[in-house]
Amino acid sequence: MLIGVPKEIHHDEHRVAVTPQSAERLLKLGHSVVVEAGAGGMANITDDAFREAGANVLPDGRAVWEQADLVLKVRPPEPHPTHGAHEAELLRPGGHIISFILPAQNPDLLQRLQARNATVLAMDAIPRISRAQKCDALSSMANIAGYRAVVEATALFGRFFGGQTTAAGSMAPAKVLVIGAGVAGLAAIGAAGRLGAVVRAFDTRLEVRQQIESLGAEFLELDFEEDGSGEGGYAKVMSPAFIEAEMDLFAHQAMEVDVIVTTALIPGKPAPKLITASMVQSMREGSVIVDLAAEQGGNCELTEPGEVVVRHGVSIIGHTDLPSRMAEQSSLLYANNVFHLVDELTSEADGSINVDMGDEMIRGATILMAGELTWPPPATKAPATAAPPPAAAGGQAGPEVEVKDKGLNDGIRSAITMLVGGAILYGIGLYAPASFMVHFTIFVLSCFVGWQVIWNVAPALHTPLMSVTNAISGIVVLGPLLMVSDSSLTVVVLATAAIVLATINIAGGFVVTQRMLQMFRTS
Amino acid sequence: MPTGLLAVSYIGASILFILSLGGLSHQKTARRGNLYGIAGMVVAIAATALAKDVTGYEILIPAILVGGLIGAVVALRVEMTGMPQLVGMLNSLVGLAAVLVAIASHLSPPTDLNPAEFTILAVEIYLSVLIGTVTFTGSLIAFAKLQGLLSGRPLLLPGRNVVNITALLVLLWLAYEYLAVQTSGVSLLNLLPVSNVALIHKALADTGLLALLLAVIVASLIGVHFVLAIGGADMPVVVSVLNSYSGWAAAATGFMLGNDLLIVTGALVGSSGAILSYIMCRAMNRSFLNVILGGFGTEGGAVVEGEHGDAVATSTQDTAQLLANAKSVIIVPGYGMAVAQAQGAVSDLTGRLRKQGVKVRFAIHPVAGRLPGHMNVLLADARVPYDIVLEMDDINRDFPDTDAVLVIGANDIVNPGALENPNSPIAGMPVLEVWHAGTVIVLKRSMATGYAGVENPLFFKDNTQMLFGDAKDSIQAVVGQLAG
Repeated sequence: MLIGVPKEIHHDEHRVAVTPQSAERLLKLGHSVVVEAGAGGMANITDDAFREAGANVLPDGRAVWEQADLVLKVRPPEPHPTHGAHEAELLRPGGHIISFILPAQNPDLLQRLQARNATVLAMDAIPRISRAQKCDALSSMANIAGYRAVVEATALFGRFFGGQTTAAGSMAPAKVLVIGAGVAGLAAIGAAGRLGAVVRAFDTRLEVRQQIESLGAEFLELDFEEDGSGEGGYAKVMSPAFIEAEMDLFAHQAMEVDVIVTTALIPGKPAPKLITASMVQSMREGSVIVDLAAEQGGNCELTEPGEVVVRHGVSIIGHTDLPSRMAEQSSLLYANNVFHLVDELTSEADGSINVDMGDEMIRGATILMAGELTWPPPATKAPATAAPPPAAAGGQAGPEVEVKDKGLNDGIRSAITMLVGGAILYGIGLYAPASFMVHFTIFVLSCFVGWQVIWNVAPALHTPLMSVTNAISGIVVLGPLLMVSDSSLTVVVLATAAIVLATINIAGGFVVTQRMLQMFRTS
Repeated sequence: MPTGLLAVSYIGASILFILSLGGLSHQKTARRGNLYGIAGMVVAIAATALAKDVTGYEILIPAILVGGLIGAVVALRVEMTGMPQLVGMLNSLVGLAAVLVAIASHLSPPTDLNPAEFTILAVEIYLSVLIGTVTFTGSLIAFAKLQGLLSGRPLLLPGRNVVNITALLVLLWLAYEYLAVQTSGVSLLNLLPVSNVALIHKALADTGLLALLLAVIVASLIGVHFVLAIGGADMPVVVSVLNSYSGWAAAATGFMLGNDLLIVTGALVGSSGAILSYIMCRAMNRSFLNVILGGFGTEGGAVVEGEHGDAVATSTQDTAQLLANAKSVIIVPGYGMAVAQAQGAVSDLTGRLRKQGVKVRFAIHPVAGRLPGHMNVLLADARVPYDIVLEMDDINRDFPDTDAVLVIGANDIVNPGALENPNSPIAGMPVLEVWHAGTVIVLKRSMATGYAGVENPLFFKDNTQMLFGDAKDSIQAVVGQLAG
């Protein structure tokens, strides 16, 4: 199959969807790759590097579009400045394309692609399931954006991030507030922390608290009971009372911190306005705000998407191309994400594309299937991280009821077990003599002790466990030991035999266990 | 020794045994655990031997020495690959000892019992004989199967459940007869033709003993049949179950003799075996009953269809190159590694790759091999450090980031059909998801199916290559390539 990689035409887009490394891996899968000349130029990848990897480099971008069975891109197709046509129209009829699509924002693009009977997979629609992580370009780009946000902030911030004590004076560390601890937020927390700043973070989803704290940042808490975990691990819209409490917190923090990085997004909605003009005003002169949500309108009221502006002495960075500012790194990761998706799509031996709609990951990513709209996909399941109860969507009532039923069955079952056990105990208590009861008590308690102790045994030690319990069960030797002095010869013979058998067991079990345990060593 | 002192010694021994099992929770403390066990046993035996009724030292001491010597010699000689057999063998001895003690106890019951206590004693003797016998014969058969004296295939008698149920009913009836004889002296067995033949009648004047011996025979058959019906790959469960039985046998003996230390120890061992059985069953996604009733592959084989494809063979040269160029390698050992005695070669390979900077780890499925933890012991024997030997749950998610996986003599535990094909006989069994790795090399003798008789689609995956031949030879050849 022929894979085409045109040069990105979006203003300030420096990334490229395929790197020489990923091209090489695509070739190994049996595909051929054509790259438009200069496609990797802004990401420090020369055409020669592509040629060395075995790809064809064509000077004519139009030819790349027309020849390719599958086009790999970064940005959604848009009107081409020099070819005089929309990129969607350059795609060969019935062709395939993988790129960011943002289908919700681009209905017009979908129509154009539909007219070409195209099959379209959107990198931004890859579902957040663990199997799809290798294809998750949103996460890999967000990671870069979060890092770059901090780098941009340090460039405009007039002081050190980390505190220092020198002969020329002491400097306090900068205080950084990160709002939204998704992938980008966490990357920002990590980057700022490594520069030595004091980092605080806020997120409506309580489940991310541990992740924040694991990066050494402080999790800011509202005195308010509401979890903002929505479907697919994203955040949802919160109640008005919650938002009020949240805004109050931000207002207080704004007066204290030097740098704010906002990353709050809710899928399919404009970015929530979290930093008001008056909060900006309350910040110290020279402070910096980086608004990672600028493309969706911004989390700060004063953000100008794509621009850096200074308002009330505070620099507000609204870059929408942060990953592109590290094009070499982001191309590498994006190309890997795309490669994995292509790999999944062409699992057939002959290398043809098979859009398997039974596969949850592919189903989610597919926007158009041979011109037919397949977006949005049917609702997905469970959040990506740990599972708070499904308070999110109304459509999930079914499974919830099922869970309850199962719980009920379990309840009945354990109640029956209890009753039967109770009845047996009652029967024993009614008829057994007191001397037996003493032993019986010891027996039952020992079973429980054994149960508790054994669960702690490391699975790697199960064989030694068996041999040691084997040796210990040789304790039956106590019986014949007591009988060997009997007056009856038969009994003495039996007892002697039993002693021999049991001691073989004891010695054999302990010795072999010791041998085994001596073998276990660390590197 | 005063009775109080004896009781205190028993408490001490019980505590030492519990500490012993607790010590096994980690490799670092395991050896100390074993020493606790030995100390407990010494205390228990010494205290009992010094008890005031014990006088027959001229028999007792030689018997202990002989037994101890035999046990130690066998244990020092056994190969680590022979571990499952040894465990089976030792289990059987406990069972037999318990039976002998029970019979001796029948012959020489305590005299100071009231009728209710006497009935209970009779029940305990009978139970002790049953459990002991099943443990004994079952373990013997398990030993024979593991040693290769008997075929590993399950023996499935027609109407085997009817046979089992009949045997159980006979045992119940014998129990009734035994109790009747012991408590009232009246039994149907008195009317048996054999008991009217003068000589035999004399020999078997003790009808209670006759009932007991008949029970031994029936229970022996149950034990034999129970293990014969279970196939090779289910052996980890069977060995655990028998291990558990040996504990219950000791506990039953304890009840019989009114000895609390035996009861405590038996209960510890019994619950240990029970937990192991449960863990093994869970690892195969099968219920305990399903394993015990046997018959894997009986209903399965026919359902498997299609999935055939071309398996790609590879060479030791290519394998060596692949491994040398990999950043991260995971080795999945199975029973085949034990059979081929390949663990030493595997260890050499591991050492060499690690020296070259390759990250090598091992993935152990809970039911790999014929004994719980079997693979861990073999690898430890071959001096593979235990901290690179990981369990299934800890390593399964790492396969996608792994360049190469080496599957050595494992089949069902890496079968993607368990997850992908709901009709597969092993559907739902948790498996090592090796196919997510870059390349999978499967070392195998031939294309034969695994124990479960299930076709393995892994072999036909695009990223799977087969390295046919004896695992030990193949790996040694790969090591040679890496060195050369």
